[in-house]
Amino acid sequence: MRGGRMLFAGVSVALGAGDAALVSGPNGVGKSSLIRIAAGLLRPAAGAVTRDGAVALLGEAHALDPELPLARALGFWIGGRAGAAMAAVGLAPLATVPVRVLSTGQRRRAGLARVVGADAPIWLLDEPANGLDADGVTQVEALIAAHRAAGGIAIVATHQPVALPGAVRVTLH
Amino acid sequence: MPIGGIVLRDLRRAWAGGGALWPVAFFLLTAILFPFAVGPDGALLARIGGGVIWAAALLAALLPVERLVAPDVEAGVIDQYAVREVPLALVAFAKIVAHWLGFAPPLMLAAVVAAGLFDLSAVTLGRVELGLLIGTPGLAALGVATAALVAGLRGSGAVAGLVMLPLAVPLLIFGAGSLDGAAGAGAVKLLAAVSLLLTAGAPWIAAAAIRSGMD
Repeated sequence: MRGGRMLFAGVSVALGAGDAALVSGPNGVGKSSLIRIAAGLLRPAAGAVTRDGAVALLGEAHALDPELPLARALGFWIGGRAGAAMAAVGLAPLATVPVRVLSTGQRRRAGLARVVGADAPIWLLDEPANGLDADGVTQVEALIAAHRAAGGIAIVATHQPVALPGAVRVTLH
Repeated sequence: MPIGGIVLRDLRRAWAGGGALWPVAFFLLTAILFPFAVGPDGALLARIGGGVIWAAALLAALLPVERLVAPDVEAGVIDQYAVREVPLALVAFAKIVAHWLGFAPPLMLAAVVAAGLFDLSAVTLGRVELGLLIGTPGLAALGVATAALVAGLRGSGAVAGLVMLPLAVPLLIFGAGSLDGAAGAGAVKLLAAVSLLLTAGAPWIAAAAIRSGMD
């Protein structure tokens, strides 16, 4: 439900270690709401979400303090893993740059770095490819694949093509 | 995520760009306006001085309310706390501690200057400082609860004043009441009771307000 309007109903997905789900559908159909429900931030009008393990969320907002250098802003959330996480998304050279001067795509990568560094088995990614260039999208696909290979779970909501081999497709309409 | 980290982050953000100096400057300015308004009658100023300091402290505590919770909701910081299963009441409590550390000690220093403007005696100044030490945690708690309630509203600054100032009246009554010599001892205890009640209750109210704002 959003603003008293039912967005979708009858969505049922079960994911185990190494699985992924790709949520797609037109704008406004409730992809982000589904991610927020899965994260436990929104209450579903009916039904339930059960999960076993910590969650890492990439939401619409980057949640990094704009006045801080990237490494410190990430360090608030993931501590000493910030360095490795920045390297994984190709942001290591920008560690000392304040978050406010990063571009949209770089902020998106910074959000991904927090997910990578969160050390959580369940990744919930809302539009991870937004603002990313082709290399960035390939990098996201590789990161998700590595996460799944290590036994992680990913739910990805996107309106852009993101390759997730063997993912469960959830189409909202 | 340790609570100390949340307190330090909020404190750092309050000080970034000199933001924590505004309430103190506002407090001093309000205190300075009174002698101009009521005239240079030393005896009258000394009599009303303690009450003016309390009223000015109340207004100064209101000033940063818009920046306490709403920016974190907009930036997704609250969402990130929530997915890490940090209890929102703990987040609210950390914000109260940070808000108190950000405005109360500078305010208590500025109150010494204000006491000079009103020609308050050392004994009265001591009572003012004791009252502020006891009462400001309640003011900080009320500020955070108000900030959570009005986060996301348009024109939240004006609404915040309307919500917070009436609820702060007990602190004002007992804070100013604690300045009256022998009769003041009872007022100090009541001030402490009100402040404790607000500090203990506000994190739950703030958490419920933030949670309902997410839906």
